[in-house]
Amino acid sequence: MSAAAIVEQELPLSKVTFWTRFRRHKLAIAGVVVLTLMVLAAVFAGQLAPFNPDFIDNGTATVPHWNGTPLPPCFQDRSLCWGHALGTDEVGRDLLSRLLFGARISLTVGLFAVLMEVLIGTTLGAIAGYYGGWIDYALMRLTDVFLSIPLLPLLLVLTAIVAATSSKAALSFGVIVIIIGALTWPSVARLVRASFLSLREREFAEAARAVGNNDGRIIFRHLLPNAVAPIIVQATLDVAGVIVLESTLSFLGFGIQPPTASWGSMLSNSQSDLQIAWWAAVFPGLCILVTVLAINYIGDGLRDALDPNMR
Amino acid sequence: MRRTLQSIPLLLAISVILYGILYNMPGGPLAPYLQNPHITAADIARLKHNLGLDQPVPIQYLKWLGHILTGDMGYSTSNSEPVFQALIERFPATLELMGASLFIAIAVGVSAGIISAVYRYSALDYAITTFAFFGQSMPVFWFALMMQLAFAVHGIPLPGGYQIQLPSAGISASDNFDFGDRIEHLILPAIVLSLLQIALFSRFMRSSLLEVLGTDYMRTAAAKGLSFRTILYKHGLKNALIPVVTVVALSLPSLLAGAIVTENIFAWPGMGRLFINALTQSDLALLMGYLLLVAFLVVFSNLLADVVYAWLDPRVKYD
Repeated sequence: MSAAAIVEQELPLSKVTFWTRFRRHKLAIAGVVVLTLMVLAAVFAGQLAPFNPDFIDNGTATVPHWNGTPLPPCFQDRSLCWGHALGTDEVGRDLLSRLLFGARISLTVGLFAVLMEVLIGTTLGAIAGYYGGWIDYALMRLTDVFLSIPLLPLLLVLTAIVAATSSKAALSFGVIVIIIGALTWPSVARLVRASFLSLREREFAEAARAVGNNDGRIIFRHLLPNAVAPIIVQATLDVAGVIVLESTLSFLGFGIQPPTASWGSMLSNSQSDLQIAWWAAVFPGLCILVTVLAINYIGDGLRDALDPNMR
Repeated sequence: MRRTLQSIPLLLAISVILYGILYNMPGGPLAPYLQNPHITAADIARLKHNLGLDQPVPIQYLKWLGHILTGDMGYSTSNSEPVFQALIERFPATLELMGASLFIAIAVGVSAGIISAVYRYSALDYAITTFAFFGQSMPVFWFALMMQLAFAVHGIPLPGGYQIQLPSAGISASDNFDFGDRIEHLILPAIVLSLLQIALFSRFMRSSLLEVLGTDYMRTAAAKGLSFRTILYKHGLKNALIPVVTVVALSLPSLLAGAIVTENIFAWPGMGRLFINALTQSDLALLMGYLLLVAFLVVFSNLLADVVYAWLDPRVKYD
């Protein structure tokens, strides 16, 4: 190891070292670029989309005689696409426009569900780690329970219960976010608890106690800032996980409900025309893969930059 | 032994939480009836009484637990048979699929991880780690659709006019057992289900072997003049493979979740497909039975991993 590398490792992590380290991770930078483009596409979906995502282009001015099969993308057959750059789906809606609006769903569900996960997980993990004793024991056994039941089936059952008690239309954006957030917090809670167990024994924590700070202030002002790095890494990777989870739910019919465009439900619909319309099955999945890959690489880069010892 | 006893309260806690979620939701277990206009309020009250739903919740829970422990998981409304029987009937198909995927995942994932670690920072290593990242980011259902599109819908052309064409639905073409036919049906779903695990195992194996290769006893072995091959096989792999046992056991939940999706896309007659059917028909008893069985399997496999780990690695002692 070169001298410079040793010095760099021993320095406390500042913003400067963070950026120099993060920049070195080329794929993470590529991930940031791709994700930024995705976010922009989602934000400006209304301006960018050539069609209304729910508009069925059938028997209209653009497509006067529709033969009932999805229109191909323009790069495959310019004479048949009628201005639908990536073709249409099984009922004749513009695929590109639906992909753009689908990006909104995936990214916002990912963001808000993870925000909720981090909020619950950090609070409970901090309480468990700081106080220890029976609170810690009880909370950790609770996380054991949640980590022993596979997430996807439990999630599906909860969404099905919501659908059964009112109607499938009740599976709104908010409900999906809350259910995912309410089930994914244990991993964050464990992480925060582990950091707090060691942090609370450190001298600065003792000093903060000695000068008479109350527990809340010690937890949030003194200990939490020192536990942020692993939370950020975990949260970033979890955004990717939640995007896959939401699309899986929507694919199985228990996520975002039609006609709202979601990448998962678009793929589900594409199954009926898999033999004639490859584009409806390829592009939504490609969007999920690219987005999730970008976020995973960013997470990897953040881990390297924030704490090289975490690997 | 002590760890076995520890898993009992965990299973009880799981059952309490599942019971709480499933039977105390708005509407409760009678939710499907509440929407039926032909069932009056008096009918509901009678049903409630007959099913013991007018008793205090803890009593109901204990009664229910008693039934579960004697193997009575209730009656599946969507299949018109006892839940336990419905699950057990579909279990072999799921086991076949998951077993095959796990076999592929361990064979491919572990060897890829070894190659990656031995030829660290080579082009091959980069190719494998990149592939692992793709595998981790790939949504199972989309990968399944793409495999169907490639191998079932279009077929992969081979030189000489031959074509690879694989069936994309079901477990066999006929009721008669035909080994070749079963294998043909197994290929696509098993590959689809194994992708994520291949990615995870290869990443884990790589870092595990790299760690072992950097230890003092490996350096000692090299200093004795042993060839790299001998060191790798005699000392390196033996130690690097131990933690992989844990990772394989911990992959069970994701394998089960993946099986739900895979079975559904490939019309595989296993528990996952049964689960989705129960879901669309709000068959709470079956959903509950499935979740309990799956949670039991997960707890059991974690326990097994701990035991095997301690047996393989004498340095590990549980008190």
